[in-house]
Amino acid sequence: MAIALELLVQAAQLALVLALAPLLTGYVRKVKARLLGRQGPPLLQPYRDLYRLLRKEVVLAHTASWVFRAAPYLIFATTWVAAALVPTFAAGLVFSNAADMIAIVALLGAARFMLALAGLDVGTSFGGIGSSREMMIASLAEPAMLMVVFTVSLLAGSTQLSSIAAALQAPGIGLRVSLALALVGLTMVAIAENGRIPIDNPATHLELTMVHEAMVLEYSGRHLALIEAASHLKLLLYVSVIGCVFVPWGIAAPSAGPLAFLVGLAAYLAKLAAAGFLLAVFESVIAKMRVFRYSDFLGAALMLGFLAALLLFVSRVT
Amino acid sequence: MDPLALDIAHLFAGGLVLVSFMLLYQDRMTGLVNTFALHALVVSLSVAWQANIQQAPHLYITATIALVVKAIVIPLALHRIIVRLGIHRTIEPVVGIGLTMLAGLGLVALSIMVMLPVTAQAGTLAREDLAFALSVILLGLLMMVSRRNAVSQVIGFLSIENGLILAATGAKGMPLVVEISVAFSILVALIVIGIFLFRIRERFETVDIHELHEHRGEQP
Repeated sequence: MAIALELLVQAAQLALVLALAPLLTGYVRKVKARLLGRQGPPLLQPYRDLYRLLRKEVVLAHTASWVFRAAPYLIFATTWVAAALVPTFAAGLVFSNAADMIAIVALLGAARFMLALAGLDVGTSFGGIGSSREMMIASLAEPAMLMVVFTVSLLAGSTQLSSIAAALQAPGIGLRVSLALALVGLTMVAIAENGRIPIDNPATHLELTMVHEAMVLEYSGRHLALIEAASHLKLLLYVSVIGCVFVPWGIAAPSAGPLAFLVGLAAYLAKLAAAGFLLAVFESVIAKMRVFRYSDFLGAALMLGFLAALLLFVSRVT
Repeated sequence: MDPLALDIAHLFAGGLVLVSFMLLYQDRMTGLVNTFALHALVVSLSVAWQANIQQAPHLYITATIALVVKAIVIPLALHRIIVRLGIHRTIEPVVGIGLTMLAGLGLVALSIMVMLPVTAQAGTLAREDLAFALSVILLGLLMMVSRRNAVSQVIGFLSIENGLILAATGAKGMPLVVEISVAFSILVALIVIGIFLFRIRERFETVDIHELHEHRGEQP
C-alpha cells in the first residue's frame, strides 16, 4: 500500500513537470512583453501551440532518415525523465535514488546529442551550422555544469539531489562563498543551455546567429511539438535544479503528509514565478552576444565553477 | 569565533577575489573603472566587517578611507582622465581572455597552496585572509602584465593595493598611521600616473604601451 502511494506521488511529480513547463515559458514571455510595453500573448499560449502542432500533419524532407524521425521522441523522453528526477515539491521520492546530478547531466547530454544529429541529418546548411554551434556551446557548458556539480557534491557529501537539498537545508552549512560562485556559474550555464538572450534568442527564426532554432528548422507537426515541449521542460528543469540546490526551503520531507506536499507545491510555484520574473528582467536589459564571444561567457562560467571548487578548500579548514 | 561572522568575512574576501577576476574580464574602459570602484567597495565592506568582529574601531577609519578615496574619488578621477584622453569608448584588444583567466585560476590555487601550510599556527580568519589577499595581489600583477593600455595597468596597480589592505586587516591591527600614509601615497601615485599618462599621450598620441617599444629600440 505504501509503495503504491509513493508511486502515486512520483507519478504526480512526472505529470506536474509536464503540465507546468509550458506555463513557465508562457509566463516568461508574458513578463518580457509587459516589460517591453507590449500586451504579449496570453499565458496559456504555449499549450495552444503544442495542441495545434500535435494535430498538424508531419512534413518530412526527402533526405530525412530514421534518425530524424526518432530524434524528437528520444529528446522528449530523456528531457522529461531528467526533469521528473529533480525534486520539485517533495524530496526522497521512489526514483530519487536515480536522481543523481551526474545522471541528469548525462541525460541532457544524450538529448543534446540526438538534437545535433537530427540537425545534421537532413543535410541543410542551416541545420549543420546550428548543430556545430550547439556542440561548441556544449563543450564549454558541460564542464562548467560538472564543476558546479562537484562543488555542491563536495559540500553536501553526495551527488544525489534529495540528499543535497537536505544537506543544504541543515543549519551547519552557513554562508559559503563557494555556493554563491556555484549559483552564478550554474545560472550562466542554464542561460546558455536554454538558448536565452545573451547566447541565443528564443523568439526569432530569422537570424544568422541563432542556434537552437536553426537545428529544429526542418521539423513540423507532432515532431516539432515534442521538441518544443522538450525545450520547455529543459527550462523548467534548470529552474528546478537551481531552486532545489540553492533555495531548498519548503521542499517536503520524504514521508511527509499531504499538507507538507501542499506547502512544498506552493513554495515550488513561488520559486518558479520568482525565477521566471528574474529571467525576463535579465533578458530585457541585456543585448545578444556575438557568436565568437560565447567562449568568453561560458569560460567565465567554467572559471566560476573551478573557483568555487578551489575555495571550498580554504573555507573553515580548522 | 562565531561561525556566521567567520562566514561573512569569508564571503567578502572571496567576493574580492571574484571582483579581481571581473577586472581581468572587462575590456571596456568605463566598465573597468566601475568594476574597480566595486573592488574598492568590497574591500571597504570587508574591512568594516573585520572591525566589527575584531572589536577594532580604528579599522572603521580604514574602511572609510577605502570607501571615500578608492571607491569614489579615484574612480571619478579615472573617469575624467579617460574622457579627456578620449579613450572612454574604446574596447581594449585583450588577447586571450580565456588563457588569462586560466592563469588567474592557477595563481589563486598557488596562493592557497602556499599560504595555508605556511600560516598553520595563525587563526582561521588570518589564514584565509592572507590566502585571499595573496590571490588578489597576484591577480593585480597578472592584470598589469596582460594589458596593453596604460590606464588598465594603473587599475591593476590599484587593485594590488586593495589586496594589501585585506592582508593587513586580517593580521590583527595595522597602525592607523600606516594606513593613512598608504592611502595618501596611493593618491599621490594616482596624480603622478595621471600626469604621466597625459605626457605619454602628448608624446606618442596613444596610451597603448606597445607603441613605446619601438621608441626604446626594441623589435616589436
